[in-house]
Amino acid sequence: MTGRRLALAAAVLLAAPTAVAATLVVRGETVYPVSGPPIADGVVVVEDGKIAAVGPAAAVTVPAGAEELSAAVVTPGLVDAHTTVGLTGLLNQAHDQDQLERSEPVQPELRAIDAYNARDPLVDWVRDFGVTTVHTGHGPGELVSGQTMVVKLRGDEVGDNVLVPAAMVAASLGETAVHEEGSKPPGTRAKAIAMLRSQLLAAREYHRKLETAEPDKRPARDLRLETLVRVLDGELPLLVTVHRHHDILSALRLREEFGLRMVLDGAAEAYLVTDEIRAAGVPVVPHPPMARAVGELENATMELASRLAEAGIPFALQSGFESYVPKVRVLPFEAAIAAAHGLGFERALAAVTLDAARLLAVDDRIGSLEPGKDADLALWDGDPFEYTSHEIATIVDGVVVSRTVR
Amino acid sequence: MPRRLAAPSAALAALVSLTVAAGPDPAAADVHAFVGARIVPIAGPEIADGVLVVDGARIAAVGARGEVAVPAGAEVHDVAGKVILPGLVDTHSHLGDVEGADRSDPIQPEVRALDSIDVRSSDFQRAQAGGVTTVNVMPGSGYLMSGQTVYLKLRDADTIEELAVRRADGSIAGGMKMANGTNSRRDPPFPGTRAKSAALVREAFVEAQEYRRKLDAAEDPAKRPERDLGKEALLEVLDGTRLVHHHTHRHDDVMTVLRLRDELGFRVVLHHVSDAAKVADEIAAAVVPVSLILVDSPGGKLEARDLLLENAAALERAGATVALHTDDWITDSRLFLRMAALAVRAGMSRQGALEAVTIRGAEILDLADRVGSLEPGKDADFVVLSGDPLSVWTEVLETWVEGEKVFDRARAPDRLWAEGGWGAGDPRHGHVACFDGEAGR
Repeated sequence: MTGRRLALAAAVLLAAPTAVAATLVVRGETVYPVSGPPIADGVVVVEDGKIAAVGPAAAVTVPAGAEELSAAVVTPGLVDAHTTVGLTGLLNQAHDQDQLERSEPVQPELRAIDAYNARDPLVDWVRDFGVTTVHTGHGPGELVSGQTMVVKLRGDEVGDNVLVPAAMVAASLGETAVHEEGSKPPGTRAKAIAMLRSQLLAAREYHRKLETAEPDKRPARDLRLETLVRVLDGELPLLVTVHRHHDILSALRLREEFGLRMVLDGAAEAYLVTDEIRAAGVPVVPHPPMARAVGELENATMELASRLAEAGIPFALQSGFESYVPKVRVLPFEAAIAAAHGLGFERALAAVTLDAARLLAVDDRIGSLEPGKDADLALWDGDPFEYTSHEIATIVDGVVVSRTVR
Repeated sequence: MPRRLAAPSAALAALVSLTVAAGPDPAAADVHAFVGARIVPIAGPEIADGVLVVDGARIAAVGARGEVAVPAGAEVHDVAGKVILPGLVDTHSHLGDVEGADRSDPIQPEVRALDSIDVRSSDFQRAQAGGVTTVNVMPGSGYLMSGQTVYLKLRDADTIEELAVRRADGSIAGGMKMANGTNSRRDPPFPGTRAKSAALVREAFVEAQEYRRKLDAAEDPAKRPERDLGKEALLEVLDGTRLVHHHTHRHDDVMTVLRLRDELGFRVVLHHVSDAAKVADEIAAAVVPVSLILVDSPGGKLEARDLLLENAAALERAGATVALHTDDWITDSRLFLRMAALAVRAGMSRQGALEAVTIRGAEILDLADRVGSLEPGKDADFVVLSGDPLSVWTEVLETWVEGEKVFDRARAPDRLWAEGGWGAGDPRHGHVACFDGEAGR
C-alpha cells in the first residue's frame, strides 16, 4: 500500500466516527421529551446512536468537543402510525405504485419489505418534515391487501432499518372493500364479512391440522393461511380500514368472534360508536384530519382525534394513503389540524410520537426522548404545528439524515 | 318544515335582490360597527385597534378607533382581540358538483358551468366556513376547453342566479376554462400529443375569427352566418371580455400558453403552474397573472413532480401577480388560509400571501373595484378571525357577504359545516344554515 493510500484509508477511518456522530449534543429553547414535561433551555446528549442524557442545560454534563446543534424546539422524531409511503411513490405511475395488488381480494401473504423503495423521493419528502419512523405497507382497497412493517427513514435500502418486518395485516371493510357488482367479489358488505370469516375459519382449520396431524399427513405449507394463523394467534393485529359506523361495528363483531387483535384505521364515523370501540379495547388510527370529506368520509370531522381522546380510546395519527394530489400528506401538517381542532398541542405531539410508538409496540426503542432510547429527533425553528415554522434537521439513530429547511 | 319554508324564502330573497338592483334597499338601514379588532384591510397597513362600519351591503368606513365614528343607531359588535380580514377570493374551485364539457369533443366553449351547479351542496357552507366570499367555479381540466366558468358571491341563496356575480350589463360574470399538458390528452377526438393540443386550440380560434369576419361582412342580415354558441363564446375570449383560466403545469406548457396568447390575443391567467419557479421570470415579463396552488407534497402525476412550496415566493420575487386557489376538492375551502401560511413558510412575504388570498384574486377576476380589500364603498365581504390569519390555531368565527352574516361558528348548524360530523355530508335543505333554526334538516 502506498503512503498516499494509507493516508486516505486513515482519513476514512478518522472520518467514520464523525459520520455516524458518535457524540452529538442537541440544544433546544424548549425540549419536548413527551415522556415528561417540556424542558426550557434543554439539552439532549447522543452517544453511539442512543440518547445518553436529557435535561435542562444547567443539569446535564455536556461532553467537550462534541458536535452541537441547536433549535427553538426539539421533539422526538415523528412516528407515522400509518402510511403507504415507500410502496407508494411520488410519480403515481404504474411502476411506482405497489401499495395495492388487485388480482385477488384476500392476499395477506404479501410482505411490505418486498415492495418498499427506500430511495423514493416521497421518503425523502416526509423525512424532511421530521418523520423518522413510518408504519407503512399495503394500502386500503381490497378485503385483505397484505402486510405492513415499521421502518426507520434511514439509509438507502430497507435492510437494517426495519424495526418490525411484519407489523400488521391490512384489511378494508365497507365501500373501500366492495367492488362493483359484476366484477370480482365481494360485491356487498355482507359478502365481504362472509369471505373474511371463511378465510379465518380456513386458517383455524389449517392450524388445527398442523398441530394435530401426523407429520406425514400435515397440510402443505400455505403462505396465505400461515399469515392468517399469525392473525388468529394475535401476533399480527388486523388493521381494518373502515369508515361507516355500521361497518365499524361489523369489524368489532369479527374481532369478537375470532378473538383477534385489531386496530381500526380511518374510522370516520367512530365518534358515533365510541362506547363500543372503548369496550372492545381497540385502538384507532383516525384518518388524516384533512382527508377529503367525500364518499364514506362525508360525515368526517376534523375533531375526530379530539373526540377519541375524550372517549378514552387509545389512538395515534397518520398521514394515510392518497391516490392523487398530494401524493403523500405531511404528518406534522395533519397533526397541526388535529391539535387546533380540539386535541391541543401536547396531546397531538404525543399522537405522532410516543402514542404512535406504543400503538406499534416499538415504544421500547422510539417515541420519546429518554436515556437509552434511539436518538431520533426533529428540530424546529418554532411551534412545530404552525405552518409558518420550519423543520430544520432530522436525526435518526444519532445521524443527521436531513438538514433541508422545510 | 324548513323544506316548505324554502320556497317562500327563496321568493323573498329574489325580491330583495331585485330591490337592490332597482334602488335603495330597505335593508340598507342595517348599519353595523365592528369595534376593537385588529383590521387587516389589505389596501393599507394593519390597524391595531380598528373600527369597521358596514352600511347595508357596503363598507362605509374603516380605520382606527377614535378616527372612525360609530354611527348613531348602529348595531355595535365588540370584536376586541379578534382579527378582521377581507372575505377570501378563491380564483379556482369546483364547488357544487360543477360540470362542464362531456367526452364528445376536447373543445366545448358553449358549455356553461352555471347550468350544472348544485347550489344546495354542502360545499357552499364549507366554503363560507373557510371565509371564502367570492369564488370562480370552474369545470374540470380533462379538456382543452371545458367551458365557461362562473364567478359567485357566497351569499345565502337557493339559485345560481342569486349567487352569480353580474357584470355592469347584467350578464353573469365568468371566464373560459382551458387546459394543456397531460390531463386533456386522450383517445380521439381528443389530442394525443402536446403539439396536437396546441394545433386544435389554434384551429378553434382561427375558425372563430373567420366567423366574425363573416358576421362583419354580411350587410344583408339574411346572409349572416347562423348563431354558433361556441364561436360566440370564443369571440368574447378574443375580445377580452371573457378571461381564459388556463390549467397548466410544466414549464414548456406554460410557455405554450404564452405563445398562443401572443398569437391570438386573448387575456389569460395561468392556473396551478407546478413548475412556476422554473419560468418565474418569463411569467413576470409576460405580465400574466398566476393563480397558484400549493399542495403538501409534489407528484401524484408526472407534470407535478417538481411542484415546490417555494413557487409562490419565486413568483413574488420575479414580480409576477400571484393569487392562491383551493382547487376545492383538491384542497379544502375551509382551510384556504392555511395555504397562505404555507406560502410564507416557503419564503413569500406575509403581505404577499395575504394579498394572494384576497385582492390579487379580485384583480384576476376583474372584481377589484368591489371585493378583495376593506375600503369604503366596496362590498361588505369580510371574515372575523379568532387570531392571526396565518396561525393554524386561528378559527374563522364569522363570514359576512354584502353585509349579511352567512357563517357564524357560534351557531351549531354552522359549526357542523366548519368541523364536519354527523350530517355534514347531507345537502342543505333550505338556507337555514345561518338562522336560528334546525340543523339544516
